[in-house]
Amino acid sequence: MAEPRTIGSFHGGLHLDDHKALSTGRPIETAPLPPRLILPLQQHIGQPAEPLVQLGDTVRKGQMIARAVDYVSAPLHAPTSGRVIEIGPRPIPHPSGLSDTCIVIEPDGLDTWDALPEPISDHIHADPADLRERIRWAGIVGLGGAVFPTAVKVNTSGRHPIDTLVINAAECEPYISCDDLLMREHAADLLDGIAIIRHLVGAGECLIGIEDNKPEAAEALRRAIADRDDSPGEVVVVPTRYPSGGEKQLIQLLTGREVPSQDLPAAIGVLCQNVATAVAVADAVLRGRPMIERIVTVTGQGVQRPGNFRVALGTPAAFLVEQAGGYREPVGQLVHGGPMMGFGLHTDQVSVTKATNCLLAASPAEAPAPAAERPCIRCGACADVCPALLLPQQLYWNARAHDFDKVQDYHLFDCIECGCCAYVCPAHIPLVHYYRFAKTEIWAQERDRQRSDLARRRHEARLARLERLEQERKARLRQKKEALEKKTGDGKADPKKAAIEAAMQRVAAKKAALQAQSGNPGSE
Amino acid sequence: MDFASSSSPHLSGPQSITRVMGLVLLALIPGTLALLWYFGWGVLINLTIAIATALLAEAAVLRLRGRAVGAALIDLSAVVTAWLLALALPPLLPWWQTVLGSAFAIVVVKQLFGGIGHNPFNPAMAGYVLLLVSFPVTMTRWLPPEVVSGQALSLADSLHIIFAGMPPPGQSWDAISSATPLDQMRSELSQNHMISEIRQSPLWGDFGGRGWEWVGNWFLLGGLFLVWRRVISWRIPASMLGALLLIAGLFWAIDPETHPFPAFHIFSGGAILGAFFVATDPVSACTTPRGQLIYGALIGMMVFVIRTWGGYPDAVAFSVLLLNMAAPTIDYYTQPRIFGKRGRDDAS
Repeated sequence: MAEPRTIGSFHGGLHLDDHKALSTGRPIETAPLPPRLILPLQQHIGQPAEPLVQLGDTVRKGQMIARAVDYVSAPLHAPTSGRVIEIGPRPIPHPSGLSDTCIVIEPDGLDTWDALPEPISDHIHADPADLRERIRWAGIVGLGGAVFPTAVKVNTSGRHPIDTLVINAAECEPYISCDDLLMREHAADLLDGIAIIRHLVGAGECLIGIEDNKPEAAEALRRAIADRDDSPGEVVVVPTRYPSGGEKQLIQLLTGREVPSQDLPAAIGVLCQNVATAVAVADAVLRGRPMIERIVTVTGQGVQRPGNFRVALGTPAAFLVEQAGGYREPVGQLVHGGPMMGFGLHTDQVSVTKATNCLLAASPAEAPAPAAERPCIRCGACADVCPALLLPQQLYWNARAHDFDKVQDYHLFDCIECGCCAYVCPAHIPLVHYYRFAKTEIWAQERDRQRSDLARRRHEARLARLERLEQERKARLRQKKEALEKKTGDGKADPKKAAIEAAMQRVAAKKAALQAQSGNPGSE
Repeated sequence: MDFASSSSPHLSGPQSITRVMGLVLLALIPGTLALLWYFGWGVLINLTIAIATALLAEAAVLRLRGRAVGAALIDLSAVVTAWLLALALPPLLPWWQTVLGSAFAIVVVKQLFGGIGHNPFNPAMAGYVLLLVSFPVTMTRWLPPEVVSGQALSLADSLHIIFAGMPPPGQSWDAISSATPLDQMRSELSQNHMISEIRQSPLWGDFGGRGWEWVGNWFLLGGLFLVWRRVISWRIPASMLGALLLIAGLFWAIDPETHPFPAFHIFSGGAILGAFFVATDPVSACTTPRGQLIYGALIGMMVFVIRTWGGYPDAVAFSVLLLNMAAPTIDYYTQPRIFGKRGRDDAS
């Protein structure tokens, strides 16, 4: 840290009121266990986990209750000891408001731990494959909100070698402060996690990107770094500008490198991990503990006592809001995640999952109902703030016109859905909504195309098979015939034929004899 | 507990179309007051007639189209259109011509194409051009600025002229009206007069016509305010005026006696008003950053070409309309480099 690092910049973005002071006043509180824990099988990107327990089973804290069924998947562990009282569909935190399969556990109040795997204390000399296996076992996923399985993300073998580990501590969305508090209180754990991940991917350098509205957290990290002698990383303070915590934006800020369009940071030798993920990695490796809880910010004008809570996965949102003193009316929306990219929950009966970094109970003034949409006046304010340098307006026109080819010409899939464009739009057009619509339509079309391609291929294969069978049948027939003809052609007497011929000759001779006899009297 | 939910983002900025249009109107006020100061009551009467017509026309068409009238009128876009049109009109234009221009702008150019946001052409300029080609006599019958004529028409006289269509008893058109500096320059040049001779006339100030140049300054002030408030980008005004300055400077450098000096082009006619308030109309202009530079520069060049060799003394309206047609194509070919394109090139 000889000289201050030059901070890059990214295009666009917004200065937003951060409203973080609402929830940073108190240390992290541990929320009590609710009467029921509802654990969706899908809390990550990839295949849903497969239950290992049955109705009525007793489980212990940390016991794996559902296993990963695919490479891109993550197992699930019991957050406490108790009994499985239901395995079935329950509402899950998802924009659709749909239900999905959940394992429901009734805690027994004893919180008895299951046998945990041995800590890997000498992680600096551990085999990376063992570390990855541990992370995979622990069910760790990206806790910044993307919930991509971490074991997959840190497996960079065969790709570009990783030279820089970027730790995403920006927490750029307004209201959310769970990473802030985590860094203030668990800086040492974070650094342990960083050291493990660095060893795991062989990154020579680690940059911890943090927005300048979190001086306490940055200071805590600096102190913790000074306490160690392995200098696991460098704290880099970046200006507060949404969305500096976007993976690609943060990498550009810290390294000046631009992640290629529609590619991963690994392509330019960078791996990015969220702070909470790094802490979870430390827990799994150094303490053998699976991912069964997380820090959640409960905030907004719509709750009595905003703050950060250590919450067992599966805790219902309603129960958690009660821990924050309950609702303070009027509540307009209950947002899962931040106000810019989170989604509105239809009900507070859904539970905290690995993806839940924030529950925002927003008063109608904080998150007003969408204003009436007016026609686009093509002012271009959206393009000015787009961090992906897209033309949001053209995306909108084409998405609206259902021109899904054109909308991809305008790079729809480079959109990170940060919401800056919709925020500044003077016509109050829900732009991001149009982009999501276009994306899902394109995915659906793609699936349909794949399905119809498959159907066509099968149909063609069937026709080819029938044709082949027909040919084979004909060929067999022809062969038989030829074989037959060959035999007769040889003249080497088919005994049957010879007999028939002989018989016919006899008949003819008899006929002739008869004729000769009967003709005689007539001629007399 | 159940909640209503909406799509993210759940926050929205303070911006609205009404606010954008309101800021444009605010920025027009200094220039408008200057125009009023130099050219008298006619300006105010034109404004009133044009705005009233535009609002009525907008309301009528929206009703016919079965759209919400209030929400559309409150966005102030019709007021902006009418205001810009009125500023471009000669102060003593017969009232029905103002009504016709304003109604044409709103009904045909704006609403028949789908209303706000859908018009390919700038409505105010299309209305202006309609009047200019239909009524060339009244549309070129300007007043001399009061600093030049030394006399002011009273409100009653102005009303009489506008509504009766003839000068008050005892006065003649020749006594009241005057050509604009651009007109003057054009006709004198066509008579082979030298610029140095032409500028002897009391009509001329430091940069352009007396009075006129100050109106330009006040519009410039309003325009800079819009750039500062980020209602418009600097690109179109800068490239348009820059291109005009450059090409005018080039010809002036070649022959200063037959080509007016560059500042004359900037401070005469509708150049400044056009650069900051007309060419920047977001609906009909280019939206990509590079596209805006090209669009503005082409307008500036077109203004010079038409003023110098074309059939009309001023050319802002024509130039803007011509480039309106080119805007979608320019936009398509000037898409910005998206994030990650460079990275992609680096990686490969």
